[in-house]
Amino acid sequence: MDPRQIRNFSIIAHIDHGKSTLADRFLELTGALRPREMEAQVLDSMDLERERGITIKAHAVRLSYTPEGGEPHVLNLIDTPGHVDFSYEVTRALTACEGALLLVDASQGVEAQTVANAYLAVDQNLEIVPVVNKIDLPGAQPEETMRQIEDIVGLAADDTILASAKEGDGTRAILDAVVDRVPPPAGDPDAPFKALIFDSWYDAYRGVIVLIRVIDGAIRPKMKVRLMARGQDYEVEQVGVFSPKSEIMPELGAGEVGFVIAGIKTVSDAQIGDTLTESSHPTSEPCSGFAEIKPMVFAGLYPVEGHQYADLREALEKLRLNDASFFFEPETSAALGFGFRCGFLGLLHLEIIQERLEREFDMDLVTTAPGVLYRVTTTDGEVSEVDSPAKLPDAGQIEALEEPVITAMILTPADHVGGILQLCQDKRGVQKGLEYLASNRVMITYELPFNEVVLDFYDKLKTLSRGYASLDYHVTGYWTSPLVKLDLLVNEEPVDALSVIAHKDSAYSRGRALAVKLRKLIPRQMFEVAIQATVGGRIIARETVKAMRKNVLAKCYGGDISRKRKLLEKQKEGKRRMKRVGRVEIPQEAFLAVLTVDSE
Amino acid sequence: MPSASSSPPASTADAASASSGDSLLVAPDFGIYLHWPFCRAKCPYCDFNVHIRERVGGSHWSALLAAELAHFRARIGPIAVTSIYFGGGTPSLMAPAVVGALIEKVAATWPEAADIEVSLEANPNDWPNFEGYRAAGVTRLSLGVQSFDDHALRFLGRDHSAATAEEALERALALFPEVSCDLIYMLPGQTVSDWRTALQASLAKVGNQLSLYQLTIEPGTAFHREAEAGRIVPPDSDCAADLYVLSQELCDAAGLPGYEVSNHAAPSHRCRHNLTYWQGGNYVGVGPGAHGRLSENGYRIATRQYRNPETWSDAVRQYGHGTEVSETLDRTREIEEAFLFGLRTVDGISRERFRTLFSQEPETGCDSNSLAVLMRDELLECDAEGLRATAAGRPLLDAILGRLLVAR
Repeated sequence: MDPRQIRNFSIIAHIDHGKSTLADRFLELTGALRPREMEAQVLDSMDLERERGITIKAHAVRLSYTPEGGEPHVLNLIDTPGHVDFSYEVTRALTACEGALLLVDASQGVEAQTVANAYLAVDQNLEIVPVVNKIDLPGAQPEETMRQIEDIVGLAADDTILASAKEGDGTRAILDAVVDRVPPPAGDPDAPFKALIFDSWYDAYRGVIVLIRVIDGAIRPKMKVRLMARGQDYEVEQVGVFSPKSEIMPELGAGEVGFVIAGIKTVSDAQIGDTLTESSHPTSEPCSGFAEIKPMVFAGLYPVEGHQYADLREALEKLRLNDASFFFEPETSAALGFGFRCGFLGLLHLEIIQERLEREFDMDLVTTAPGVLYRVTTTDGEVSEVDSPAKLPDAGQIEALEEPVITAMILTPADHVGGILQLCQDKRGVQKGLEYLASNRVMITYELPFNEVVLDFYDKLKTLSRGYASLDYHVTGYWTSPLVKLDLLVNEEPVDALSVIAHKDSAYSRGRALAVKLRKLIPRQMFEVAIQATVGGRIIARETVKAMRKNVLAKCYGGDISRKRKLLEKQKEGKRRMKRVGRVEIPQEAFLAVLTVDSE
Repeated sequence: MPSASSSPPASTADAASASSGDSLLVAPDFGIYLHWPFCRAKCPYCDFNVHIRERVGGSHWSALLAAELAHFRARIGPIAVTSIYFGGGTPSLMAPAVVGALIEKVAATWPEAADIEVSLEANPNDWPNFEGYRAAGVTRLSLGVQSFDDHALRFLGRDHSAATAEEALERALALFPEVSCDLIYMLPGQTVSDWRTALQASLAKVGNQLSLYQLTIEPGTAFHREAEAGRIVPPDSDCAADLYVLSQELCDAAGLPGYEVSNHAAPSHRCRHNLTYWQGGNYVGVGPGAHGRLSENGYRIATRQYRNPETWSDAVRQYGHGTEVSETLDRTREIEEAFLFGLRTVDGISRERFRTLFSQEPETGCDSNSLAVLMRDELLECDAEGLRATAAGRPLLDAILGRLLVAR
C-alpha cells in the first residue's frame, strides 16, 4: 500500500491519564469494532492489565480512518507499556512510529514519566501532538495543563487538542491531527526487506507471534527471513494485521505495521529491538538501539509447600515463554527450602509475575526481599555479579563492592521539594540538577543507589508529596560503596532469606529496626523466640518474642466440638501462610519486612 | 434457617448402610443430653443457642423432646444410659414435673445403669424448684453462680444477687448428692490478687465440683459489641495465663484438682456425663441445637438438631425429629475428634480405648514430628496409659492441637 496513506503513532501517557479509554474511542469512531463487540478497554488484554489500568505488553491496532473530505488513511496505533520497568520496550515501540500523542490528564498535570517518554519521543524525532484529556472533570485545569506542556516538554500550547476520551469529545480532532501532522513513513519499497521487532509473544497454537514495523521492502508468506541478533533463519508462514481482530494479509510493505508468524519457538529468539530481514538479501544496516534486556531486580520465589516445587518450575517456564526479560534459576535456601532466584525488569514486573503465579497457576509463594545486581571484585582480582545476599563472598575476600546507580527524574509541586531532597539525601543520593519550572513545578534530578529505590523510595516519595510527585529513572552505571551483609537469626538459626546487603552506615539501625519488625510479625509460639541481627558475625540487635502461655478454648459445651473444629480449619488455612524455620512458624509477610523497615 | 416444611430434616438413611459393625464400637458410657433453649434474659457474654420467649408451654416442649428420644432409640437400639443432662438455656425454668416426666421417658426408652447420673443446670433464682428436681430424680445440680460478688454479677448481666447464689448453693448442697458451681473469671480489670481473694472465698462455699471459665468475648454477643467499641478491654493472654495458673494452684490446695481444662472436682466426683464427651463416648442430643455422637451400624455419626426452637419444633411435629445434620465421620475426622476432646482431660487419650476404636496407637494418629517436639518441650506426655497434655501443656492446648493435627 502507498506509504503516504499510512500514519504510525503511539500514545504517551501516565497511568490513569486515559490512554486506554482514548484507544477505545478510536476503535469506535473508525468502526474497527461494532459497539457490541466493544469490551471496555480492548487494548489491555490481560486481566491484570485491565485491573491495574496499565499496559504491560505493547500492542498494535490498525485503524481505517478517512478525515472529512479527505483521503482514506491507515492509522497504526502502537500502544506502549506505561511503566518505568518497561522503558526499553517503550523506546522500541516509539522507534516504530513517526508520531506520538502526548496525553495529559487536565486535573493531574504533567508527570515525570510522561516527560521522560516525551523526551524519548523527541530524541526519536517524532512529531508530538499534545492532547489534554479529561477536560470534563470538575477539577480540570486545561489552561494550566497546556502551560505545563509548553514549559516542561517544550510543545506549543496552540497545538494542543482538548479532549474528553470518556465523553468522546475531541476524538475526531485528534485523528485529524494524526493524519495532518504526523509524517507518513519514509521507507524504500525496493530496498531489501528490513523490519523492527517491537513486541512478541507466545501463542500455544501458533508459536511466537512477532509484531513488526516494516522499514524497507516487504514481507510475504514463504519468504525466508532472518532474525539478525542470533542470525537464525525462518520461513514466514503468515503475515497480517490486528484491526483489532487478526487479519491475514498477502504482504506487509514499507511503512506498515503488523504481525509475522514464522515457526519461531520462543520469545527469546525474537527479541524486542531485533531486526528482521530477508535471508537471501539481508539489509546492510540493522535497526539501531538493539539491546538484550537484562533483569535488574532479583528476588527468591519459594513454594510454601515443598511439594509444589515442580509445579512452580513449570509455571515459571510457561511465563518465561512469553517474557524474555524474566529470568530464573534454581536456588536453595536453608530457611525456605527449594525455590528459584528470579530476575525482573523492576518491582512492578516482579509483582506482576508473582500475582500471575498465584492467580493463574494457583501457587502459594514466599517472596524474599528484592535486591539488585551487585558487582564484586574479590581479593584475587576476579569480578563477578551477585544477585543475592547469599552469594556474597565473605567480607575478607571482598576487595570492592559496587552497586548499580540510577539517574532519577522527579517532578513535584514546589511545596514538597524540601522533603524530597531530604529523602534523596537519606537514600545516599547525589544531586544532579534542580530546576524550577512554570506552574510551581520543580524537576529534581538525582543519582541514587538502585537498591535504595527498590527498597521503599517510591512509596516514601508518594507519601511525602501526598501523591503529587512522580518519578522516572534508568540505571546509568555502578559506583563503589561500603556495603555489608546484614543477617537475621531466629532462635540462633540464620534465616538466609532475610539477609540483605546494606550500606555500612545504615546497617546497624536497619538491623535493629528489622529485629523489632520481626518481633511484631512473628506470632507468639509455645516457646520463647530470639531474634538477632548480625553484621559480620557480630550481634547488633536482639529482640524476643515471648512464649505463648495460654491458648485454649474455655468451654467445650454440650458435646459441641464445632467451634474447636472451626479453629482447626483456621489453623490449617493459616499454615498455608506460614513457613517453618527450625521450630519457628514465620508468616510470609516477615520475608518482605525487610522492604518496609525504616532505618531511623 | 430454612423452615422444616420446605427443607426436610436430614434423613437417617444416609448415615451408613454398609456392613454392620461389631460390638467394639460400643462406648463404655452413654449419655442423653436435653437442651432447653429458653432464658429469662440473654447474658451479655453468652453465645449459646439461647432464646427469649414470652411464654413457653412446658408440657408441649417436653412432648417434643420425648418424641426425639423415641426417634433416637429407633436409630441406635437399647444401650444402657449412664447419664442424663438437662442443659440450656435455663433448664431450671422447667417445672419439676416436666423434668420428672422426661427422666421417666428416658427410663422407659432405654435401660438405665444403676448408678445413673442425672444433671440439671440451674439459675440460683430458681432454688424453690430444687426440692422438686431432687424428687424427680436429679442427682447433680450444676448451679450457674458465676460470681459471689454483686458488682461482678451486675457486670455479667446476671439476674440474681450474690446472696441468692449463696442461699441457692446451701439448699442445693443439702439436697443433691453432687453439686457443681460455675464461676466466671478474668473480668476486665481483674488482677491476680482480686481473683485470689474471690476464688478463695468461693472455694470455702462450693461442693465437690467446680467449673471455672475464663470470660471470652464471643462474636455476636453484647460484650463483643462493647469490646469493638472499646468500652471493655479484655485482659491479655499473659494475664489469662497468670489467672489460670493461680486457679489450678488454689483448687489443688482446696482438694478440687482440675480434671479438664475448665473443670475441677474432688477425687471420684467428676461429672460422668461430661467425661462421656471427652472420652469419646456416645451421646444422644435432643432439643434445639443439641449435638450428638452415635454409633450406628459400626460407624460414628455426628448429629445436630435445628437451632431455631420453632423450626425445630415444626420439624419434630412433622417428622418426629429435628435433626438438621447427621453425618458419618470418616476415620481422619474421628481420630481428630478423639484428640480434640481427649486432650482436654488430665487423663488424656486412653491408649486402650484408642486401640479398641482405631486399631492403632494414639501416637500414630497425629504428626509424629510435632509430637516428638511437644514431648521434648514437656507439653505432652505418653505412657502405657495413654497420651496426655501436661499441666504446662493444657493451657496451650489449641496451639498444641494445631501442631499435632494440622501438620499431617
